[in-house]
Amino acid sequence: MNNCSQGTKVTARNVNVWYGDNHAIKDVSVDISDRMVTAFIGPSGCGKSTFLRCLNRMNDTIPTCRVEGELCLDGEDIHDARVDPVELRARVGMVFQKPNPFPKSIYENVAYGPRIHGLARSRAELDEIVEKSLRRAALWDEVKDRLQAPGTGLSGGQQQRLCIARAVATGPEVLLMDEPASALDPIATAQIEELIDELGRSIAVVIVTHSMQQAARVSQRTAFFHLGNLVEYGETDQIFTNPADSRTEAYITGRIG
Amino acid sequence: MSAPKKSLFTPGPRTRARNRAEARFRAFGLAAILAALAFLTGLMGIILHDGAPAFRQAFVTLTVELPEERLDPNGTRDPADLARVTTFKYAPLLDAALLRALEEAGAENPFAKAKKLRALLSKGAPAQLRARVLAEPELIGGSLTMRFLASARVDGYLKGRVTRESLARERKFTPAHLDVADALRAAGLLESRFNLAFLTGSDASESRPEAAGIGTAALGSLAMMLVVLALALPIGVAASVYLEEFAPQNRLTDLIEVNIANLAAVPSIVFGILGLALFIQFAGLPQSAPLVGGLVLTLMTLPTIIISTRAALRAVPPSIREAALGVGASRMQTVFHHVLPLAMPGILTGTIIGLAQALGETAPLLLIGMIGFVATNPPASPAEAFLAPNSAMPAQIYEWARRADPAWYERAWGGIILLIGFLLAMNLAAILLRRRFERRW
Repeated sequence: MNNCSQGTKVTARNVNVWYGDNHAIKDVSVDISDRMVTAFIGPSGCGKSTFLRCLNRMNDTIPTCRVEGELCLDGEDIHDARVDPVELRARVGMVFQKPNPFPKSIYENVAYGPRIHGLARSRAELDEIVEKSLRRAALWDEVKDRLQAPGTGLSGGQQQRLCIARAVATGPEVLLMDEPASALDPIATAQIEELIDELGRSIAVVIVTHSMQQAARVSQRTAFFHLGNLVEYGETDQIFTNPADSRTEAYITGRIG
Repeated sequence: MSAPKKSLFTPGPRTRARNRAEARFRAFGLAAILAALAFLTGLMGIILHDGAPAFRQAFVTLTVELPEERLDPNGTRDPADLARVTTFKYAPLLDAALLRALEEAGAENPFAKAKKLRALLSKGAPAQLRARVLAEPELIGGSLTMRFLASARVDGYLKGRVTRESLARERKFTPAHLDVADALRAAGLLESRFNLAFLTGSDASESRPEAAGIGTAALGSLAMMLVVLALALPIGVAASVYLEEFAPQNRLTDLIEVNIANLAAVPSIVFGILGLALFIQFAGLPQSAPLVGGLVLTLMTLPTIIISTRAALRAVPPSIREAALGVGASRMQTVFHHVLPLAMPGILTGTIIGLAQALGETAPLLLIGMIGFVATNPPASPAEAFLAPNSAMPAQIYEWARRADPAWYERAWGGIILLIGFLLAMNLAAILLRRRFERRW
């Protein structure tokens, strides 16, 4: 049996990450709840993206990266030898900082995940998943007439929503978003934030962001990282109005970072 | 206090010096490009000028009597009987035909014997006639009008290579022969025409440059390229994908990487001697066979393909890999569904450049015996195309260039035109494939 608490979606206990000799994450323990948006904030290089990438084992692909500690999804250790990272990543989806659609059609972008995981038994079922995913990403109305057009031909904001549609198409229980709006203009950002809010009602969403306003707007809980440490974690309102740690206060008032 | 304000319209001395330096640099660059272009046009001009004559050849049209008593004394038309009559029996028929043609042209035979006229025709002419008669025995007893290859001297005379002065020291072919050639030409019996046999034929013995063709050697090259393509592409791509996408980064893979880079710089003759030791002496594969040549060239081409494939794989943005892994694709699915298709144009270009390099390679072929007077007939079957002794285009060209008669020299240039044509076609294919597979991301 492990130390993971039951009832929370994702549990991290004493997680340490090293890139070679660089100790990037130091003893971080976090509980992430289901049906909620959790924001990770902190200055550049504080380890928030690294920690996010631990949650679906994307760091496995970096040869020098070493992860220690316990990370559980629904109480199951994701580093257990029996866990196939491929299955994990289907359940813990990810959206990256830069929109990275495949150089294929819009339809193929969304259909790819369900197809490799065998989620659709027929073409009609796949069509349905694609439509539902695009609707969830608030992109359907804009692209429904040109599903065969290349995904790379969309605008930046549309591409990012396409990536979100691609991520939700496999029906993930957790969606990790690594600064999903940092490359977008304010209008596209607002659309993405609305989407995050919407998604946070049904699944666990974890978002890394540089924008404190964004964290305040979309998240219910906020974790503040500094130099690889988790400094403070709590209700977003409380973090932004009444931080317990002086470093958190310094950061959100713009004195460090 | 402050310096007097300068006008924007008069540049300062530093600016003028910088502008001069830039103008000088641009002039050098332009000069370099012009020099390169001049070399290229000069080269192509010489090749075309010297090689084009190889595609035309002098032919003599003769009407030959085919008396039964000489060619089929028994009168049975039995193929076995006919085959027993050698070219020696056919040669006098050609002499007689030449003599008659000369009489009809209103000229006289300047020689005491009709036999001396033979030097006008290729040494292969009697064999040419015999082959025709064996194929159509019903011709015996009648007469046959046929086009025969003229000798290289006559051909050279029509092309301006051979003159009366240059023949001063020859004994078999004299200026008197040229008078006969003039008479035949005036009568329309001797003419220079397009020579398909150069493109389709085989190498000929040293005394018959007029009969030599590059076709069989080109088939040898083709067979080798097929072997290279069938082996080097899959092995090279598999090795690159493994090294680039799956292999752990450690000392061993670093060592492998350095060695592959070094292999690309190994002189090709080293691969030749390796092939001799490994494939012929150790594995016992047939000597001079295109299969062995292809194996040697595969060894030589592999590093090129691996290096260009790895570069193409590395050029695929990591974000594509992350995207695929992020939706739960396995590493193999990531590679085969996303990375390889995007790297395809680079891989194909590298492969074709590697093939083109292999196509022009001569040195390793010297060591495995694909040089010299190797094949007199085109391969009879696909298996023979790989296993029977053959030469390759560059080796054939080298072989021709080192033979004494200037007629061979012309053939070497002609072969080079064909080789360059093949290389250009391959490069064109590379460009077209690139266009076809190129995708933006």
